Amino acid sequence: MDLNIFWFVLLGVLLAGYAILDGFDLGVGILHPVAKTDLERRTILNSIGPIWDGNEVWLVTFGGALFAAFPEAYATVFSGFYTAFMLLLLALIFRAVSLEFRSKVQNARWRHAWDHAFFGASLLATLLFGVAVGNAMYGVPLNARGIYVGTFFDLLNWYALLCGALAVALFSMHGSIYLYLKTEGALQERIHHQIWRTFGFFLVLYFLVTIATLVAVPRSLQNFDEHPWAWIVVVLNVLAVANVPRAIYQRRPVYAFVSSSATIAALVFLFGIALFPALVTGREIENSLTIYNAASSQKTLTIMAFIAGLGMPFVVAYTVVIYWTFRGKVKVGPHSY
Amino acid sequence: MDVVLLARLQFALTIMFHYLFPPLTIGLGVVIVYLIGMHLRTKQVIYDVAARFWTKVFALNFALGVATGIVMEFQFGTNWAVYSRYVGDVFGSALAAEGIFAFFLESGFLAVLVFGWDRVSPRMHFFAALMVAIGGIFSSIWITVANSWQQTPAGFAVRPYEVNGEIFHRAEIQDFWAMVFNPSTVDRLVHVWFGAFILGAFFVMSISAWYLLKGRHTDFARRSFSGGLLFGTIFSLAQLVSGHSNANMVAEHQPAKLAAMEGIYRAEAPADLHLFGWPNDETQRVEWGIALPGFLSFLIHNDFETEVKGLAELEEVYGRPPVWLTFQAYHLMVACGMFFIAITLLGTFFRWRGTLFEQRWLLWLFVPAVVLAFAANELGWVAAEVGRQPWTVYPSWQNGEFVQGLRTADSVSESVVAGQVLGSIIGFGIIYALLFALWIFLLNHKIQHGPELPHHKEKTSLEDYLETAAHRAGHEESFTEPKMGG
Repeated sequence: MDLNIFWFVLLGVLLAGYAILDGFDLGVGILHPVAKTDLERRTILNSIGPIWDGNEVWLVTFGGALFAAFPEAYATVFSGFYTAFMLLLLALIFRAVSLEFRSKVQNARWRHAWDHAFFGASLLATLLFGVAVGNAMYGVPLNARGIYVGTFFDLLNWYALLCGALAVALFSMHGSIYLYLKTEGALQERIHHQIWRTFGFFLVLYFLVTIATLVAVPRSLQNFDEHPWAWIVVVLNVLAVANVPRAIYQRRPVYAFVSSSATIAALVFLFGIALFPALVTGREIENSLTIYNAASSQKTLTIMAFIAGLGMPFVVAYTVVIYWTFRGKVKVGPHSY
Repeated sequence: MDVVLLARLQFALTIMFHYLFPPLTIGLGVVIVYLIGMHLRTKQVIYDVAARFWTKVFALNFALGVATGIVMEFQFGTNWAVYSRYVGDVFGSALAAEGIFAFFLESGFLAVLVFGWDRVSPRMHFFAALMVAIGGIFSSIWITVANSWQQTPAGFAVRPYEVNGEIFHRAEIQDFWAMVFNPSTVDRLVHVWFGAFILGAFFVMSISAWYLLKGRHTDFARRSFSGGLLFGTIFSLAQLVSGHSNANMVAEHQPAKLAAMEGIYRAEAPADLHLFGWPNDETQRVEWGIALPGFLSFLIHNDFETEVKGLAELEEVYGRPPVWLTFQAYHLMVACGMFFIAITLLGTFFRWRGTLFEQRWLLWLFVPAVVLAFAANELGWVAAEVGRQPWTVYPSWQNGEFVQGLRTADSVSESVVAGQVLGSIIGFGIIYALLFALWIFLLNHKIQHGPELPHHKEKTSLEDYLETAAHRAGHEESFTEPKMGG
């Protein structure tokens, strides 16, 4: 395995880590309107209170790693998808501050305003992530230099929007399972109903996107011909998806959560297999930015591999410590949001 | 309008708003470690009360720092794509290191610090506070490394590379440690840290002084103020040394920036040091100013006569930075620094005399002084960033060879048009104005609410009297002395 592939895999790990971790707290944001009383809203917010910030760091690190390892791809994507990224930034800012600000003032209108901001920002951010993945699969207009030459509306094609909807469904399902784990009583019962709905919504879109991909992006199967073992991941993906309703029916939310996490990991993996070795696919395939023509020097990739090797074990350790510290049902107390 | 100008405006807006928060959280982080540590050692309730209060203030600032920080990371790609392509190999690795080494540490343990008071042991809680403070400091290290590399690049070579058959050039790492410890990293890092510590100290002193003047939470406020004063005095004085060292470093590596900071249009021997003034590009002179003759020569070369080069001589190699803005930002920053030294020394003098808390006029000065501490941090960056124009990556010598830099005008994204940038400036402008208003509102809300004493209940006047008496006894003051603030 050369360094370029190593970095492609590591970016995949960071992306999967982000999608699994921030995925459920974005989903919690989308499900936030399920709550009926202020206490329920606070319970939902506090289920992610101590961890959302750390989850978002996976995205920040993904961005930094892309910049360092594949600067050409970083520059093309961020400048090309300018308006989409500005919208994403606004969504992420509002999500962060609505969590922090909401609890600070005891006033119904103040809190309602931030509830709406939290819901809207979570939904918009999720949709944009899905649209981004969709465009990466579908291909975007690039010139020979690998620079984006389309407009904002080129990004809103039917395939990318369908992927956006899938992301919303997937994170809602993932978030509802997480909430089920963290809540009790009447709220938990209501969330149990939501899990079925979000699962149904996800299942429909999962099939639609699968079919759409086979029709619209046939090249995504190329790597499966060369590496037939990748079909194992497809099978695992289907098993993970199938295990979600089984676990919910048996009321074993931990299994359901592990299954939805595995589903996300498998989808990120399949996304990587479909793209490889491209990072940004051009509408004209020869203009694509790949892990070779978009990469930093070998020296930098080596240094970065050391940095990652040194840092990632710590990152995993902190994550485990934090999740262990805040395990169990949410309790709203004096230090909560 | 011009895309370059708009992109620069957007960068200035987003970085200046972002930079309200990181120095404050770095400074407060150290304060919180101290308070929790003292509570662990002495078991005095007052330290616990103070730690809880400042942690809440810290969390508010941290959230805004994170929210506005993501904008910074994305912005290199959105607005400065050519720059990103050119420096990704070098600059990107410092940025990624910040993510891996600092952000995870900081945000992870912040959760334990803010939400973990009753969930983890006091020792673990202290450890979490320490990790948050260290995380903030790690973060400042990597971001200052990245920025310093642009100012005084080192450890790299410009190499050709190929994209789809075409050849381009970019900076590639040759020597990682030379890149990290480039000529300005250490000086600038120390300056940034001291600036953050001064801000933390003045922030604590401002709020404490206000409580003292209003006669609220007086025991808490006295201790906080005294701690802040000690901290503030030490670092205000130390910053003078660091500032001088920085000026020498700039004179050596970015002479055009130094000339702009001091308003030297043509070489001067001896060169005067302006206390203030009004640089005029048309007359090529600093007008309406007062100068100390020969002092600039002395500060840089330890000699009152030596020549200091001016913009006219340096222009060919370094280009010409905007003089007025660089000059004023730099001079205002220095003026703020002098004010910090004066006011903290005065406070320390009265503290030594034991009459500090009777000097109401001085406490009144400390209340708004925090605004100047914010301003000094911002002005330092304005002077540093405007003064290095017209470059994003400064020209430098690498292994004895002159390497051309990357011009700001050549750094912007190819695929971005003025309308997009203008749109995002307006969008961010509105949102940042809203966030700023909410930040002030919530900060004020927290300060009005004040620290929470354990087992708080309605007090009768007798209990109130006894408690006041106990405090006075503890401080060896007279019972008949009028209560602070009436």
